[in-house]
Parts: sequence; C-alpha cells; structure tokens
Amino acid sequence: MARSKQPSVQARRRSVLLAASAAAAFPLARPAIAQERKLVVGVVLPLSGTFADQGRNNEEGIKTFQKIHGTKVGNVTVETVMRDDQGPGSGDLSRRLTQELIQRSRAEIILGYSFTPNALSAASLLTEAKKPGIIINAATSIITERSPYFARVSMTLPQLASSLGQWAARNGIKTVFTIVSDYGPGLDAETWFTKAFEAGGGKVVGGARTPVAAMDYSPFLQRAIEAKPEAVFGFNPGGDVSVAFMKQTKERGLSQAGIKLLVTGDVVDDNLIPAMGDALDGVISALHYQVELDNPANRRFLTGFREVAGANATPSYRTVQAYDGMALIYHALQATGGKTDADSIMNAIKGARIDSPRGPFTIDPATRDIVQSIYIRRGQQRDGRWANIAFETIEGVKDPAK
Amino acid sequence: MSGLISILADGIAYGMLLFLFSIGLSVTLGLMRFINLAHGAFAMCGGYVAVVLLNGFGVPFLLTLPAAAVVTGLIGVVLERSVIRHVYPMPELQQVLFSIGLAFAAGAVANILFGPQQQPMLLPDWLTARVGFLGVGITGYRLFLVLFGLVAAGLLMALFNFTLFGARVRAAVDDRRAAEGIGINVDRLFALTFGLGAAFAGLGGALAVGFLGLDPTFPFKYLVLVLMVVAIGGPGSIGGSFAAAIAIGAIDALFKYLVPEVGNYVIYALLVLMMIFFPRGLAGRAA
Repeated sequence: MARSKQPSVQARRRSVLLAASAAAAFPLARPAIAQERKLVVGVVLPLSGTFADQGRNNEEGIKTFQKIHGTKVGNVTVETVMRDDQGPGSGDLSRRLTQELIQRSRAEIILGYSFTPNALSAASLLTEAKKPGIIINAATSIITERSPYFARVSMTLPQLASSLGQWAARNGIKTVFTIVSDYGPGLDAETWFTKAFEAGGGKVVGGARTPVAAMDYSPFLQRAIEAKPEAVFGFNPGGDVSVAFMKQTKERGLSQAGIKLLVTGDVVDDNLIPAMGDALDGVISALHYQVELDNPANRRFLTGFREVAGANATPSYRTVQAYDGMALIYHALQATGGKTDADSIMNAIKGARIDSPRGPFTIDPATRDIVQSIYIRRGQQRDGRWANIAFETIEGVKDPAK
Repeated sequence: MSGLISILADGIAYGMLLFLFSIGLSVTLGLMRFINLAHGAFAMCGGYVAVVLLNGFGVPFLLTLPAAAVVTGLIGVVLERSVIRHVYPMPELQQVLFSIGLAFAAGAVANILFGPQQQPMLLPDWLTARVGFLGVGITGYRLFLVLFGLVAAGLLMALFNFTLFGARVRAAVDDRRAAEGIGINVDRLFALTFGLGAAFAGLGGALAVGFLGLDPTFPFKYLVLVLMVVAIGGPGSIGGSFAAAIAIGAIDALFKYLVPEVGNYVIYALLVLMMIFFPRGLAGRAA
C-alpha cells in the first residue's frame, strides 16, 4: 500500500507545479489568443414522466458528443444547461423554460424539443429573442416554418412514411391495409404513406386508427387479416405501445397469413428490439439510423456512447439526433470563427453538411430542415441478436410535405 | 365467424388480466373502505420482481410468478403496518391524495432503480405459440391467462365466502368494535387482507409484463381501467369484479373489431350507463 501511494504523491506534486507554471504563463499568453469565452447551450427535454426515456436518450447523445469532441470549439467553451419540460402537453412549461434559459442562464442557442407542441410554443419566443433553436426530435413537418431561427437535425415523419410507400410500390406490393395511432403524427404517417404508395400504383384497401395508448391490437389486426392485403403499414408512438403492437402482429400470425409488415422505423427503434424479440422477423421499416451502420463516424459514436451509457447499452436513433444537434452547433461555431449572434449562426447552419453516424446529411438552406438518407431495413438475426439490417438506401430525402 | 370468436377469446384473456389487476383494489376498497389508488404500484412491483428474476437470474417464468406475488404481498404488509393503517380513519379525499402520492413515489423509485426504459421480457416458446382450443386459435399465453384468472377467482371466492378467515374479515368490516370484542385481531386481519390484495396485484403485474410491457409509469397507465372494473363490478365483490373485467375485455375487443370508428369509446359509454342505472355496480353492495 505504502509503496503504491508514493508515486501518486509525486505525481500530484508534479501536477501542482505544472498548474502553477501554467497559471504564471497565462497572463503573458493571454493577449496572443483571441478572446476566450463561454457559450451556453440551453437544453429543453422531457427528463421525467412518461417520456423520460426519450429525454434520456437525447441527453446521452449530448454527453457522448462532448465526450468525444471536447467542450471547446476554437476559443469558445460550450456549456450545456438542461431543463425538464416533462413531455407533451406542457407547451407552456417548455416556453417558460426556454425563456428562463435565455434570460437567466444566458443561453445563446437552444437545443431540444421532443414534442411538436413544445417546439411550437417556443417558436415566437425564439424569433423575438433572436436565438437559434435546434430541434432534435419533434417530427411534425410544420415546425421549421414557425420561426426563422429553427433548424432541425432529426427527421420528419413524412420523410419516413413516404420513403416506405415508394419502396412498397416499387417492389411489387399492390395492396396495403394501414393501422396508425389516432393522433397528429399517426394521421401524417397514414397520409404520406398513402400518397407515395398510390402514386407508385399501389392501393390502400382499408385502414384502422387506434387509440394512442392502446395495448390490445387483436381486433385491428384481425380486420387487417380479413381484408387480405399484401402488406400492413403500421405506425404508433414507440415505447410499450409499439412493443405490444409488434408482439401481437406475431401472435396473430400476420406472416402466416402471407401479409408483410411495413412500419416507420421509430416503431422498431433499436433499443426496443430486446423487448420485441422474434416479432421483428422479416419486418420492413424505414429510418435514418440503425446501430449496424458501418461507417467511421458511427464506430466513433458507438465507442463514445458505450463509455457514457455502459458497455451493453444500445443507442436509440434519438441519441444520434441529439449528438448531431451538438455537431451542428460545433460546425456553426467553427464556420463563424466564434461569432455567436443568431444571424451568423443561422447562416452557418443553412447549407451545413455534417458527417453524422447516420451518414452525411445537409441542412436545406431554404427550409432549415434536414435532408438525409433514409434506409430501408429488414428485421433479421445477426450474431444471434435481432437487428434492423439496411438493404436499400434512398439518398437525399427532403421533407416531402414542404 | 372464426375471426369473431378468436377476437372474443383474446378480449376475454385481456379481461382476465384486468381482473387480476383489480381484485386487490376491490378487496381493499370494498372490505376495508380504503381507496388505494397506489394499487397499480403493487402491480408494477410484481412486474419488476419477475423481470429481475427472469432476466437477471435466469429463473424459469413459472417460478417468477409466485415469487412476484410473495415479495409484493410482503411489501404490502410492511407498508400497511408502517404507513397505510394511519390513513384508514381519514376522510376519502385524504386517502385519495395519500395513495396517489404513494403511486408517484413508487414510479420515481422504479425510475431510479431500473431507469425509464421498457423492460424486456421474452416468454418461453410454449407460451407464445398459437394453439387451437375448442376450435379457436389463441396464443398459449392468452389461454394461460384465462385459466389462471379462473383459478384465482375461484380460490378467492372460496376464501372470502367459505373460510373462517373470510368470515372474520366480513365481520370486522361490518362492525369493527364487535369483532374486536369477540376476540378477532382486526389489525392483523386487515394487514393480511391488504397483503393478499397486494400479492394478487403483484401476480397480475408479473403476468402483464409479457403482454403490456413495463416501465415506471405503469402504476398510472391502467388505473382508469382498474377503477372501471371495480366500479362496474361493485367494490368488495370478487364475482362482480370478475364479471366486469371479462365484460370490459370482451366488449371492448368486439366493438373495436365490428365498428372500429366508435369501438374505442363503447366501454366508457357503458361505464356511464352503469353508473346511472346501477350506481352500486353489478354486485350491488354499498361501498
């Protein structure tokens, strides 16, 4: 014991000396560097309540980014301040937190917003305060039109649904029955899938809209089976609801009835797969990220993520979205050379090209919305685990609703 | 036609799960006059016990069920002795506020211990396979739920109606002072009854994970349905709860299948009608 203590005392003494000499050198060096300064990024996420899971995914993405890339961009130190907006149905809270972040915490950029209403309620505030808002989850098309200071690095649901509709029509599927959750995003998914699928020559032969929190899908699946379509298109809000939906598609024997299952990729999020098991078998989905993507940015991301969240953790696509939100901020700070006023930042964001774990994406200068590759994946086993394996890539997908 | 019957079978299985969830609440509300909105927290507790045993220690699924019931029952007894018994004499509003607070606290504890994510539980193959039963296709798991619910209902009804324990509980409820006067230890009796209710909730929770999933918001997700079962069935009545739970499961499934446009609301309309015409529920006992 005594022996092992010895070097650490020495090391500590050495580091004290180093620090002292660094401090002594600092005032001399200071005029040579441009101004050192701090930039506060205010983060608004659901960190408690029903959707705490989503907030945590995002939070881990932010931490992973700073773990890998550090907290300094040039002479700007980026600091995050997190606030909990408790999920959907709290638009007023999200607006108030945004205001507090700007006024009290002196946040110059806001990152976050998991839900559309929460983003929309902050829109006019951001416009007035002239602060950029980077959206890392909320997926309704309209959001970025509500403030010239919004930019989005996540995705829009029409991007996924219409990519899947196109793919289905191109691959000889003629008839589809839709099962979507009965709320805004569900109707979006239904509309854009149907549009793309029917434009490609397919026909939607029927559909069901299910309560958002429904856990029993037997009646809807039975109707779908009796309509004898070639495929079922499904969308629901993720979490336990999607786990229940997926398990019951297997229980009800959709594939035995010869019916393919198509879902937007958020339904079969990578971190839900352990709870779904073999219900994932053969399911076709469309999404902008999966863990199995083989590119240097993703390998780096996964290594950093596992240091933050644990060796056995699986990231969600939301983790990557938050990671990319930070990447966009760092990119903008580099491009402006440290200028942090909203207009300089927004100009740097418009047209930005980021090398993300999901593959490269750009921010459309006209709409400030993301343009990215959408992967068509099939659920299958790899190395003894169920996974979404991409077999086709649709590149440069814009939000079709704009 | 076979589609219709298989939907009904699925709905009945779902109803059985609701029955197991709500029976404990029905007992504490009807017999002990305690409004326990934290009842879902006991179900959640049973769910986590089952998941930890199954995924963490490789305990077979069937053995996790009694473990979930016993552990939750013990927690129920401890809570009853330490906190809840002080709440019995309070007015109803305070009982509601207390127990809803307890449910929030339980959710927060689960969040700290297990994190906010969904807990995976993969059932053994013999339970996920689709089997034919009396000519109807149903998954093994749902069939298992139906049988389990029937046995549980039978045992509980026998316990409360035909045993000395049941007679004592009923006596204590009707006139506590007289019951104490003839030597019944009412405190211990209530603790046991509360523990029994918690144990059944834990059992229901463990059975539900493979079907409904499990996360820290579980105590609130099924609260409305559970209260519906108790209100329609009549608090304190095991047979009433049983009939109400099965009816809700079956009617819900049936209408969602036949008229999907309005099917989601039928059971709620039913609740309103029941409350207007049978305010005491199917079993008609005063709460």
